[in-house]
Amino acid sequence: MKPIHSRWLAIFAICALLVSACGSDDGDSESAEAATCEVGQTDGDLALFNWAEYIDEEQLAEFATEFGVEASMTTYESNEAMLPIVSAGNSGFDVVVPSDYMVGIMIEGGFAQPLNFDALPNFINISDEFRNPSYDPEQAYSAPYQWGYTGLAVNTAVVGTDFPRSWDLVFGEQAADYKGKITLLNDPRETIGAALKALGYSLNSTDQGELDQARDLIAGTVDNLLAFNTDSADELLTSGESVIAQVYSGDAFTQFLEQDNPGDYVFFVPEEGGTRWADNMMIPFDAPHPCTAHTFINWLLDGDQGAALSNWNYYGTPNKASLDLLDDELNEFLTSPDVLVGGLDSVESIADTGDFETNYSDALAQAKG
Amino acid sequence: MAGENITEPRGATKWLLRANASFVYIFFYIPILVLIVFSFSDNRNVGVWGGFTLDWYRDFAESDNTREALWNSVQIGLVATVISVVLGTASALALERFKFRGRAVFDALLYLPIIIPDVTMAVMMLLFFSEAAELFGFSKGFATITLSHIAFSISFVSVVVRARLGGMNDRLEEAAMDLYATRWQAFRYVTLPLIMPGILGGGLLALTLSLDDVVITQFVTGPGWTTLPVYVFGLIRKGVTPLINAVSVVMLVASTILVVLSLIAQRIRGGDTV
Repeated sequence: MKPIHSRWLAIFAICALLVSACGSDDGDSESAEAATCEVGQTDGDLALFNWAEYIDEEQLAEFATEFGVEASMTTYESNEAMLPIVSAGNSGFDVVVPSDYMVGIMIEGGFAQPLNFDALPNFINISDEFRNPSYDPEQAYSAPYQWGYTGLAVNTAVVGTDFPRSWDLVFGEQAADYKGKITLLNDPRETIGAALKALGYSLNSTDQGELDQARDLIAGTVDNLLAFNTDSADELLTSGESVIAQVYSGDAFTQFLEQDNPGDYVFFVPEEGGTRWADNMMIPFDAPHPCTAHTFINWLLDGDQGAALSNWNYYGTPNKASLDLLDDELNEFLTSPDVLVGGLDSVESIADTGDFETNYSDALAQAKG
Repeated sequence: MAGENITEPRGATKWLLRANASFVYIFFYIPILVLIVFSFSDNRNVGVWGGFTLDWYRDFAESDNTREALWNSVQIGLVATVISVVLGTASALALERFKFRGRAVFDALLYLPIIIPDVTMAVMMLLFFSEAAELFGFSKGFATITLSHIAFSISFVSVVVRARLGGMNDRLEEAAMDLYATRWQAFRYVTLPLIMPGILGGGLLALTLSLDDVVITQFVTGPGWTTLPVYVFGLIRKGVTPLINAVSVVMLVASTILVVLSLIAQRIRGGDTV
């Protein structure tokens, strides 16, 4: 009895999804125009839908006091957990913070409304390198929130400082010198992406031949790995279980600073390049308080507020007016030429490859053996 | 029954059974012990002992985020439990005591929330509430989370209570009515006390399910209503720290207290009704 029921229900759920997807398309055509709001105008309380530990509650409270509204925050743990809630409609949220590729998906699906940049005068603070990203080329729907790199972290107390700033460290012959002391992320796009970069390809490649080469490169180094680990790669490094790790810059950086000897660790994006991700503020298509949402985004794009945000969560700020106000160690980390070895052109953001995403998952599964 | 003693297994069987039992307990309790021990560790890395500290508990108590999430969970859990216990018990009684048209269908439908995958139920709830919010103009949050918790808890409460009802002797109720008890009196003074352990057990199960649920909750949540498990799940993005252990220990202690309380309650009831 059980399988029949589940199957019918699955079919029902899919039908319902289809129906509701059509519904959202209607909503899209209604709200294809940006809201008309004045600078600093509010039209109700702010409901922010954000990642956990990504903004200080006190900063949110400061916004609430300044503009005389209530500000609440609800958290999600992945882009994929956020999307269905917003896309189903009537989520009640005014501002969401999706990562790069998810911005593209939300624009395409009609789940976000265009921003009214007349109500966002502080947008001039955004550095040029964070404008017109590939996932929102017209810069019509999103404003950058925070950013970071994916690269390698090395324990120099063990490895020394005389090593190539290259992906060869994990994929080349040298990797055997640190057999069992290397970790790679357990994420199809990041892990395969690193191998694609090492081979000189784009990390958004949709060429099966290139993907196969990347898969073989990872398969060739599996014996040298301690683990494929995303959640605690930085902790394995500082606890000494690994000496070379593929990590997210923000995680690595906060982790280093909590050690007694932060100088023993370096983070860099190898010369062949790596990922630069950015999370972005967007307004859902049916946000109940679009003007409060604009006011909040504009307020957060202010130099002081941007610095307060970064000094609390220790991720990079896209706000050039905030750079001078950052903690020294954070500023040094973000701007050091030793971090971005291959220069700005070497990094890419992860773009949605549509149906090809499963090829990435399959390639990683095959590489692990 | 009492006079007959089932013979205890001897020899190899006895030792195999003992070994099996010990392994089961080790498997269950070692991870919990490790979890508890490392919640007191003065090192950000879970798994590296850094000396004794209560800092993680202090963080938990002082963080507005965790406190608010805990309070959200408690409110939702209590309301959802009370309502699902009443509805679940009523449906158990209806199914066990009466014959009516469509009983078989109702019976089968009641089991649906138990057998369908969480994600399917979550998607259905999400779409339902989105449409309902459109039609009736309410905002999602406390009500939607509580309603979905009630929806999946009713089945569990009903199953537990029915098991108890099934094991109860119908004659007791008949005897009460023969002695001129009204239907209500027979229920209030005979049936209800007898099935109370089932109701308490079902309620406890409902409360635990509500406090634990992540999948359905995160689909039907609304502004300002992050529950504790959803928040903890989100924290993992920043790496697992002993703060998560501390939160888990608090939840563990809370549920243990609930279990003990319910056992005590059942014992007291058992004492004065006999």
